[in-house]
Amino acid sequence: MRCVTNAEGMLSADGVLGGNPLFYFIYSAVGHVAPCWLSYLIAGLVIMLILINAVLLGAAVVSWGERRLLGRFQNRVGPNRWGPFGAFQPIADLTKLVTKEDIIPYGADKLAFTAVPVIMVAAVLLGTAVLPFAKDVALVDLNVGVLFVLAVSSLTSIAIFTAGWASNNRYALFGAGRAVAVLLSYEVPVVLSLLGVVIVAGSMSLGDIVHAQTVPFFLVQPLAFFVFIAGMSAELNRTPFDVAEAESEIIAGYHTEYSGIKFALIQAAEFGGVLVVSGLIATLFLAGWAGPVADWLGWLWFLIKVFIGIFLFVWIRSTYPRLRLDQIMAVCWKFLMPLSIINLVAVVLEVFFLRDASGSLSTADLWIMTAINMVVAGGSILFFGRFIREKVRTEEPSANPPSQVVPGVPTIGMG
Amino acid sequence: MTIRTEPMTVNVGPQHPSTHGVFRVRITFDGEDIVEVEPVLGYLHRGTEKLAEERNYVQVVTLTDRLDYTSSMINNQAYCLAVEQLLGIEPPPRGKYLRTLAAELQRIASHLIAVGFFVQELGAFGTPLMYTFRSRERILDLFEMLCGARITVSYMRPGGVFADTPPDFWPALDQFLNEFEGELEEIENLLLSNEILMVRTRGVSPLPADVAINCSVSGPVLRASGVNWDWRKIAPYDAYDQVEFDIPVGENGDNYDRFWVRMQEVRQSLRIVRQCVAQIEPGTVRRELPMVLRAAPGAEAYGRVEASKGELGFFLVSDGGVSPYRCKIRSPSLINLTITEHLLLGWKLADMIVSLGSVDINMGEVDR
Repeated sequence: MRCVTNAEGMLSADGVLGGNPLFYFIYSAVGHVAPCWLSYLIAGLVIMLILINAVLLGAAVVSWGERRLLGRFQNRVGPNRWGPFGAFQPIADLTKLVTKEDIIPYGADKLAFTAVPVIMVAAVLLGTAVLPFAKDVALVDLNVGVLFVLAVSSLTSIAIFTAGWASNNRYALFGAGRAVAVLLSYEVPVVLSLLGVVIVAGSMSLGDIVHAQTVPFFLVQPLAFFVFIAGMSAELNRTPFDVAEAESEIIAGYHTEYSGIKFALIQAAEFGGVLVVSGLIATLFLAGWAGPVADWLGWLWFLIKVFIGIFLFVWIRSTYPRLRLDQIMAVCWKFLMPLSIINLVAVVLEVFFLRDASGSLSTADLWIMTAINMVVAGGSILFFGRFIREKVRTEEPSANPPSQVVPGVPTIGMG
Repeated sequence: MTIRTEPMTVNVGPQHPSTHGVFRVRITFDGEDIVEVEPVLGYLHRGTEKLAEERNYVQVVTLTDRLDYTSSMINNQAYCLAVEQLLGIEPPPRGKYLRTLAAELQRIASHLIAVGFFVQELGAFGTPLMYTFRSRERILDLFEMLCGARITVSYMRPGGVFADTPPDFWPALDQFLNEFEGELEEIENLLLSNEILMVRTRGVSPLPADVAINCSVSGPVLRASGVNWDWRKIAPYDAYDQVEFDIPVGENGDNYDRFWVRMQEVRQSLRIVRQCVAQIEPGTVRRELPMVLRAAPGAEAYGRVEASKGELGFFLVSDGGVSPYRCKIRSPSLINLTITEHLLLGWKLADMIVSLGSVDINMGEVDR
């Protein structure tokens, strides 16, 4: 029994996936020879395969790129042995990890311990479901895309907590506790900063948000951009917020006990996370696929913007030391939180006064907002920056900093 | 409802990414706060003191390399000073200058390691460490020209140094001194005013001067607490009375001050090296001595230097034989560890690693 009888095809699939042209194409192509339920399944699996491979290969590229870039930042070469510029290094790494013994420590909660890497990778993969890779190319363009992304990205932290608890290792437990504390801190400012984006775009769908960016939102809302990047650094466990896997303090944090393929999956999830978050930054703040000849070259602009995001993260990682846990909480609650609220209030007021009768904003309006928000951002970052600098310091620095070199005159009795 | 919490005891070390080798501390945590500290030592014990009793006076030099393997030159120097005191001899001037020069280069290298790992433990992912190692490698290259080895140098001998410099050493040293200026500036720009570094280290684990003196700590740790104490000034040895340099002194004795003092000492060491290069004159580098040295029975000597980590002393007792009857090593790292509790109690897990890093211990020297 065939599903489709004529060339146009009959798609009775649900409204979500049916809007995806690739899905529709495979569905109707397979439908010529197979029943509807089977073509539905095959089309879904094909798209899943493409997405999963894209993300995991992307993660491999990110891991290679990060190591090369870090090498450059640090005055060394980085991996350069296999393939052009060492590009096949991730394959070697993976081969090594897969062939390792898979150790489950004594006393560990086997089920939870095994589930964690899967959950982490799944959370990252889910995040890509709503990303528009090019014009009208997204797996689904959910009308609550922003909400979906936030919900899915927080899954990682739950997985981390599970990992720490299930490992039966005290360092892992430290990492887990820290991860939750950090999650509680960064989540609120990040959501508040995205609220500004949603208000200006007038929609929660990522596709609509890209369409609304006639002026990229990192110009329109510099504060939200800043808060989002800081919050996402915390979510990705990257410096200066990488307390959950602080190598010098708690070995590897929550994944201390993971080895072999599980460790590979966790690494894939981490690098894939960088990829997805960079994609989010590109979509939400750098106007996604928009650019010259966006109809045809949208994917290129999107990729370039994603790599800008990745470069930013690597740059931050190679530059800054780590903050202490209480300092991260102070930064999140006392610095990022007020900034995101200021951004939200400013945006709400601007939209209220600038919007036209139909409630939408023109490009000129966005430029006006850019001018105002730049001033607001500069002022508030300076003001709260000074404020937080005094707050996170354990002790007031002495009025007379030790900057003078005292000529050597012994002060205690000569021997 | 009250939630019951209980303290958690964690073994930090002996296998841990940032305990400088095989240092082990049993720490009881209340959440992230440290409530109890118990250092456990001895994982790298190699019996250096006993081995010294089985070797003749010159052979012991090779053992000293392996004490604090980040500052072998200074260890050589301390031991040779002790033997020279024991025998009542003095090296020729060129030998003295070469020793001073090598020791100061080694101090720069050692402090670069200390600073690099200190910032690494703060969580900076490798960049400062690589910057400092870049310069350290060049110093080790210079050592290779001097004596053929980079870490276990065995460069100095009782009565001087083992050989004169090769002719291409001086141009190489000049080039290093000129280029290191820029590299040092780069490191200082990256670190000294880094906001996160300040926030993490200012006021953390302060060590008051009286506690520091009572615990008999020495070196940069003592000076960071505001005590102006440096054997190079108080009892100058080798060529230190011929050169001018300042002693950087901290104020609060917190982690930042310990780090800052090291950074400043690198500058001062650079000054000393430059002066040595300007003042050194041709001549013999080693006194003529018999192949096998013998000291008078019952003779005792204590040779001490200001090593990169503090006061390093060798106490030698002779019974008239070819090897020391007893060789006691006063290693700065071990004695600086006595402040562990003062530094750690009440601070957080993250500060613990940084505070230990700021003391700059070296397990080769602690366990000997």
